Amino acid sequence: MSTSAPRVLRPDRKKSRIGYNIAGLVAFVLMAFPVYWLIVSSLRPNAEIRSYDQTLWPTSITFDNFSRAVKQPNFATAIESSLIVCGVAVLGGMLLATIAAFAIGRFRFRGRKFFMIVLLVVQLLPPTAMLIPIYIQLNDLGGLNEYWGVIVIYLVSTLPFATWMIRGFVINIPQELEESAMVDGCSRMGAFWRVTFPLLAPGLAAASIFSLITAWNEYLLAYVVLQDNDKYTLNVWLMNFTTSRGIDYGALMAASTLIAIPVVAFFLLVQKYMATGLTSGAVKG
Amino acid sequence: MKAADPPVSVPRAPEGTRPQPATNGNRPPRKAGALLPYLLIAPAFIAIAAVFVWPFIKTVVMSFQDVGRRELWTGDAAPWVGFDQFTNILGDGEFWHVVLRTVVFMAVCVVATMAVGLGLSMLMQRMSTWVRLLLTAALVAAWSMPLLVATSIFRWFADSDYGVLNMVLTKYLGIDAQGHNWFLDPKQGFVVIGAVVVWGAVPFVSVTLYAALTQVPKELEEAASLDGAGTFGVFRFVTWPVIKPVFQMVATLSVLWDFNVFGQIFLMRGNKPEPEYSVLGIYSFEKAFESNSFSQGAAISLITVLLLSGVAVYYLRQLLKIGEVE
Repeated sequence: MSTSAPRVLRPDRKKSRIGYNIAGLVAFVLMAFPVYWLIVSSLRPNAEIRSYDQTLWPTSITFDNFSRAVKQPNFATAIESSLIVCGVAVLGGMLLATIAAFAIGRFRFRGRKFFMIVLLVVQLLPPTAMLIPIYIQLNDLGGLNEYWGVIVIYLVSTLPFATWMIRGFVINIPQELEESAMVDGCSRMGAFWRVTFPLLAPGLAAASIFSLITAWNEYLLAYVVLQDNDKYTLNVWLMNFTTSRGIDYGALMAASTLIAIPVVAFFLLVQKYMATGLTSGAVKG
Repeated sequence: MKAADPPVSVPRAPEGTRPQPATNGNRPPRKAGALLPYLLIAPAFIAIAAVFVWPFIKTVVMSFQDVGRRELWTGDAAPWVGFDQFTNILGDGEFWHVVLRTVVFMAVCVVATMAVGLGLSMLMQRMSTWVRLLLTAALVAAWSMPLLVATSIFRWFADSDYGVLNMVLTKYLGIDAQGHNWFLDPKQGFVVIGAVVVWGAVPFVSVTLYAALTQVPKELEEAASLDGAGTFGVFRFVTWPVIKPVFQMVATLSVLWDFNVFGQIFLMRGNKPEPEYSVLGIYSFEKAFESNSFSQGAAISLITVLLLSGVAVYYLRQLLKIGEVE
């Protein structure tokens, strides 16, 4: 951003910035308020949560909500389920995505463009439209209420996005590097694993975090497929806070904070790839 | 890479004019080289076919059958019913209400998202650096909120008894909103739901458009305003042509996303949305999983896909045009 150039050309700009800054601060408050309110509510005593006269800023802090949240039944098994499901799905997805991305990034072959268009088209299919046949298919295969059913679907759901993204990194690695390794006696795959793969590491990290976030945030398939309380993933577990007797908002906000923290942390690591990754054909779920 | 390509006449993409590798002479063409890329994409291709393409075909097949609870649990072959599901759905007045609701909700959300996103991105260009950093931090935080969490927060905002929305309206704006239930009137309920949708989508839109705006040559804007173009004129004739492709792309994606809004409504209404809150996704889900008429649900999904296919094709054409799929 070269903000300095116009400032030199138009010194009067500086004055008019005040208006823009005020508008910017208003936008900041509006965008940040929900996050602020999530954190404030999660730290607020229940007496203040159930009060008609809530203050907009924190007056007292308590961790009661967090302890109530983690004492909800099945919190530990929900973490376990989420880790198993997301972990296996991401690892498997990255393996398939990397080799496929290498193929479309490095080779020119008949059907390559077709495959790339398939990658884009499947991301445009509405997820809820796929839910019914997938549910029936899993039922036929005995995958209902099983981790593997959810894992397979998560793995493949993140695959098109991950492949597309890794391909972007592959084509930016000069292929002369591989060629010189091959001149030095590496096989084609050897050159890939020894030369390209290490250079691809940042791209793989970014793509796996995106896949992880997608899988971590998914709730509908897990809600439909997993039926035992102790198999619920964290998101399905979070739905337990909404009971017919009402909602314990304090605990819900605390639990939401716990679920969001890893996502926000990971997101900060990869957000610089976000805009480019998304506009180049990858679709947020 | 060309070195490993076999001498068979594989048509190459015209833009595939990489510099001829020096290794060309050293490596005789091998048969394995021709198969390798196919072997590499095979696992991903099969997986995608199994989890996307096959279910989609299944959706089409199912919508010409009558799959209910019995067929699901016994595995009996479902009877073929021809176009019955479609005639039933299209002849149902409720369905058209749902379509109208979906389209209106989508249109309002897309317009709001694009307007706010464009506004913010242009604001970000003009504000001081420290304000922009603050705003970017808030955008990233909003962006990364899981949908489930974001929906919970907004639901808590709009809580009739203790929600901050009613509190602020009553205390600071002098409107007596104490105990007001925002979800009694679906119009108001959809305002709350739309707020989550727009809040969640604005970061992506504004960050992407901001990136596009930085591509606008400063000199051109200078020259235009020296030549007497007003703020609007500069935007209309200098800025807009540069950001237009990105804007169209983002708007198209927004249409696809907002047409398929599901989670925000589903979760906001406690996993059991009232009929007044049905949009196409919810309607199809309820038909399948609440009424156990999986074929009806599949047929509604298929109609949704058909309705959106035009938008999807437009999006793909744009991608092809800007050379993303090279």
